[in-house]
Amino acid sequence: MARYEYKPFPYRTPAELSGGAGWRWPVVIVGAGPIGLAAAIDLALHGVACVVLDDNNVVSRGSRAICWSKRTLEIFDRLGVGERMVKKGVTWKVGRLYHRDREVYSFDLLPEAGHKNPAFINLQQYYVEQFLVERCLQFPGLIDLRFKNKVTGVKQLADGIAAEVETPDGRYGIQGEYLIACDGAKSSIRAMLGVEFKSHIFPEQFLITDVEMKADFPSERWFWFEPKFHNGQSALLHKQPDDIYRIDLQLPPDADAKEETKPENVIPRIKAAVGERPFEIDWVSLYTFQCGRIDRFVHGRVIFAGDSAHVVSPFGARGGNGGIQDVDNLVWKLAAVMKAKASPALLESYNAERVHGADENIHNSSRSTNFMTPKNAFEYLLRDEVLSLAESYPFARRLVNSGRLSIPCSLAGFALQSRDDPEMAGAMAPGVACSDAPVRDASGRPGWLLDHLGGDFVVMSFGTPPPVRQDVRRLVIASEPIAGIETVCDASGLVAERYGGRDGAAYVIRPDQHVAARFAEPTAEKVATALARAKAEAA
Amino acid sequence: MSLNTEWNLGNAGDEIYTELIEAHAGLTETESRRLDLRLILLLANQVGDGAAIREALRLAREGLGASRQ
Repeated sequence: MARYEYKPFPYRTPAELSGGAGWRWPVVIVGAGPIGLAAAIDLALHGVACVVLDDNNVVSRGSRAICWSKRTLEIFDRLGVGERMVKKGVTWKVGRLYHRDREVYSFDLLPEAGHKNPAFINLQQYYVEQFLVERCLQFPGLIDLRFKNKVTGVKQLADGIAAEVETPDGRYGIQGEYLIACDGAKSSIRAMLGVEFKSHIFPEQFLITDVEMKADFPSERWFWFEPKFHNGQSALLHKQPDDIYRIDLQLPPDADAKEETKPENVIPRIKAAVGERPFEIDWVSLYTFQCGRIDRFVHGRVIFAGDSAHVVSPFGARGGNGGIQDVDNLVWKLAAVMKAKASPALLESYNAERVHGADENIHNSSRSTNFMTPKNAFEYLLRDEVLSLAESYPFARRLVNSGRLSIPCSLAGFALQSRDDPEMAGAMAPGVACSDAPVRDASGRPGWLLDHLGGDFVVMSFGTPPPVRQDVRRLVIASEPIAGIETVCDASGLVAERYGGRDGAAYVIRPDQHVAARFAEPTAEKVATALARAKAEAA
Repeated sequence: MSLNTEWNLGNAGDEIYTELIEAHAGLTETESRRLDLRLILLLANQVGDGAAIREALRLAREGLGASRQ
């Protein structure tokens, strides 16, 4: 299998330096990683133009984000790239845990059928970025991708931002209504604006390697506590496309990065892990982990998303997936504010909801890292006993923590969501990301519920059209198509099951596919109030 | 068997694990031991069911020490 070929993206002289008049951009995005590119596509789908500035001109090198969660794939579907990602990626849902040389147990992350997307795919970040770039290129009038455009200065204006940009052809100034900083964990925008980043750094180090080899390992996540092959430390193995395996090996805090990443030191460790088989090392690095965030994600007209706003340790795949959920949460709000369909107060809900999401991710990934790296004899003994009980007793398995894998957080209790209707049953309470289910459209074609939700607000009802008085998309779950209204058929009964969907019930669903409100007996008044609340309109 | 070995901690598992570690921070070995024993007695009283506690004792003892009878 040929290695991934890093093709540089073309640099073009920006309009500002080739005699064209610089105009004021609706949105300036800094950083063409997965988060910045996803934000650009989402904005384009809302008809909002943006420029993406990146100091580099190739996709990310080496082994970075690899596990993309079901929720991310659902968001990628909405952005029009999900199916391509799933096709190229390695699908998995089973995790297997070992202690020393014994299997302790295995878990299934998606035990139920009837979802379009798998629990996870593994796909190297360079493919994700490439596919997102190619999707961006389908919006030539709305997305201007500028590589080798390095932002060297930024300042807040009363009603926008101004930035200085450096290119191979010289410098220019650019202005925008809003700036989204997607420039990663070492965000230069953050530094330029003096925004403080507080984090906890873990002393342990992990050797991250991508290895190319032919092996018949199943598509599963394998995690070892104290494997015999690795000197009593933790190890993790993931299968990726193109016969690439990602192997993470825990090293002591005093391991020397330069020494440990030398091939003569890496090769024996990999051999011990994968056995005697031919392999080639594709990537090696030594990482230390930190968990932390900035205080607020919205600073005037500058909005932080992804690693620039929050950083987590990687066990749980909550970094890249958390960032994509930032985009999902942010862009519909920003687009509504820019089209004067909502007040800037709506952006404050991005801050509140995604700070909450980041805290949940930080909490989970910190606890996983703590479990993996006992600090003293007591912690070590406690973990040992949990692992030994886990072999025989189910309760102890849930205490074993090799990473709590990314699931979307609930936004219940935040300002945009209405209080739940006590008459409604089922897990789809206000705040929750909508569950998928198989449906058939009006012409009988099989499809998925989530393909009918998102982008705009949707009022979804069961059996009869929902009572609405304003201009809002409606979707009815019914057995027969209803003239003049989008109808899908719940052939398997799973929509009704997952949504507690008794006849007449209605859901108000946000553009990011989170439930804003639900009613057993909806009225036009109730729906209007819930919609106003979900758009942060003053009561 | 009246002892429940299925999961019964809701969403609190990781939190309780962390709090257990934090409770032991800064204690000597003997103090740690005393903390654990107090905890066991408190929890045993909460459980109340003698049969369940004896069953837990038996499972916890498995594989430890020389053969016991």
